[in-house]
Amino acid sequence: MAYFLELLISGALTGLMYSLVALGFVLIYKSAGVPNLAQGALVMTAGYSVWMVMAWGLPVWIAIPLAAAIMFGFGLIVERLLLRRMVGQPVIMVVMLTLGLEILLRGLVPGILGSTPKPIDLGIDFAPIIIGDVFINRTSLYGGIAALALVGASLLFFRTRLGTKLRAVSDDHVSSWAVGISVERAIGISWGLAGIAAVVAGALWGSSQGVDWTLSMLLFPAVAVVILGGVDSIPGVVVGGILVGVLGTVIPGYLDSFVGGSTRDVVTSLIILLTIMVRPFGIFGREDIERI
Amino acid sequence: MFYRLSGTYHTSYAADRKLWKIPADRWMVILLLILAVLAPLYVSPLYLGSYVLPWVIWSAAALSLTLLMGLAGQLHFGFAAVMAIGAYASIHLVRFGVPFELALLLSGLIAAAIGTVFGGAALRVKGLYLVMATLAMQYLVDWVVVNVPAISGGAHATLRTPEVSFLFVPVESLAARYWLALGWAVVLTVFFMNVKRTSFGRALVAIRDKDFAAAVIGVDPFRTKLMAFATSSFMGGVTGAILAYCFYRAVTPEQFGFNVSIQLVAMVLVGGLGSVIGSWLGAGFVLLMPIFLTNVVSGLAAGGWVPVSQNFLSHLPLMIYGAMIIGFLLLEPLGLAKIYDNIRKYFLVWPFRHARS
Repeated sequence: MAYFLELLISGALTGLMYSLVALGFVLIYKSAGVPNLAQGALVMTAGYSVWMVMAWGLPVWIAIPLAAAIMFGFGLIVERLLLRRMVGQPVIMVVMLTLGLEILLRGLVPGILGSTPKPIDLGIDFAPIIIGDVFINRTSLYGGIAALALVGASLLFFRTRLGTKLRAVSDDHVSSWAVGISVERAIGISWGLAGIAAVVAGALWGSSQGVDWTLSMLLFPAVAVVILGGVDSIPGVVVGGILVGVLGTVIPGYLDSFVGGSTRDVVTSLIILLTIMVRPFGIFGREDIERI
Repeated sequence: MFYRLSGTYHTSYAADRKLWKIPADRWMVILLLILAVLAPLYVSPLYLGSYVLPWVIWSAAALSLTLLMGLAGQLHFGFAAVMAIGAYASIHLVRFGVPFELALLLSGLIAAAIGTVFGGAALRVKGLYLVMATLAMQYLVDWVVVNVPAISGGAHATLRTPEVSFLFVPVESLAARYWLALGWAVVLTVFFMNVKRTSFGRALVAIRDKDFAAAVIGVDPFRTKLMAFATSSFMGGVTGAILAYCFYRAVTPEQFGFNVSIQLVAMVLVGGLGSVIGSWLGAGFVLLMPIFLTNVVSGLAAGGWVPVSQNFLSHLPLMIYGAMIIGFLLLEPLGLAKIYDNIRKYFLVWPFRHARS
């Protein structure tokens, strides 16, 4: 029972940390309608930038806002140089463009900054918190709290004046133009916000497993989270994240010893497949997928 | 100039239905075919084995995928898994005692059967969701191949291909392996050029352009999409088997991973969706350009011309590969096929400016 509880809690916290990665995906999809498969590489780049800023000798509480500013600018540049030129192109072009960006970043960033895993010291104690006979990893705990805080902040943000504009853009580009909203700037800002979400994800994942190219592999669980929760739903990120994390930890916890490991990817794949088969728009997504 | 035409003018329906309507194109294809068949005689074994042979096989794979993505418009991000099914099926069938020729066909059929299950997702969703579904299938097939010892021969094992002969010629020497691969690629090319002219090919294009409009004019979307997945997976499965027997000769699951699927999609897109010549050019470009440019840069670095670190050099192929995908999508979304077409049209009516067709 204690084993099950431990798997449950660590799964839920890991899942919340997945939702940090997934949040950036949803922010971009919601306003621009672009599936950003480069979010994994964006998290990796953010992790590297946090490491780089901290290597200058700055303390954590300055380094993270500075890295967030860098990644906000990076998101704006990516939108301006690459994505703005793809407006009106079929989805395969956009998907491949973001995948190309993912591959480019995975080569460029470790190529320049070094490919050995970089440590990020956020000042989090490595000793686990012990409640009863359940061990809780502190980094995951803080990651889960940060995820909830960030999702809450995003929900509040979408109630502000700027957030209302972004929601209008996500509803309909042409109508937003008609009432005088700058659609291009709104989409640029959503890319910048995704960059900021990537900084939080990159810093926390980087401190738990080190910063190197493997951070970009977080894309796959993040995609499962997004599909399950609904691609355009921010609360869906939390629910989807917890479900993917719990299922992806509890099931391998019992099955791995029988079938020889790495069942986590299988669980993630099955979550994607079953969601698409049963309810393609996800738990909270809007039901506007074109059917035959 | 060498086309000696001022446009394409046909005087009969038979002339209009020809595969190569202009004599110069026909002569060029014949010349290229002769050059390709004779390649083992004048290309050194090193270049033949490590550049020309993979190019031919990956062109066949790109042709298989572009039938699905270019003609039928169904996105597929798990095509390497289909090829893996073909490769493993053919090896196990030959070990079981099935003749190689039959094993190739059977492995194609097995890949088609499993690949059609992938297509089941396409019946319900499209676009982004189809990408995700096929991606998940890729991971599932990978996992099954790695974790079932009866398929992969144990964890982290390489499975050597048994010695076989095709139509009484042993598939052992480099030239024999090259000719088998070339033969299969030529068969696929001829098939692809002709399938565009059949009712099946036109049904595929109708489904791609608008599936419910196609349903209105009497094309069954359900059947046509499944047929597209089955045909493409059959071609992909046999290509996977050819890849295993003619090029790798020792198969590991990593050779058919997710990255390979992305590489195939990149080949199809860089070449130009749904184009025959694009598949050949795209496969060659995606396969060889990163190698070529990396060699250039490392040559420059060794000569002291550009100051780059070893770490940078080892990541250079990835960078070039990613930049190439982005560059083509931004600058020429129709791919190399469109570039070739522009050049051809320019010379078709040279010295005049505008072609009529």
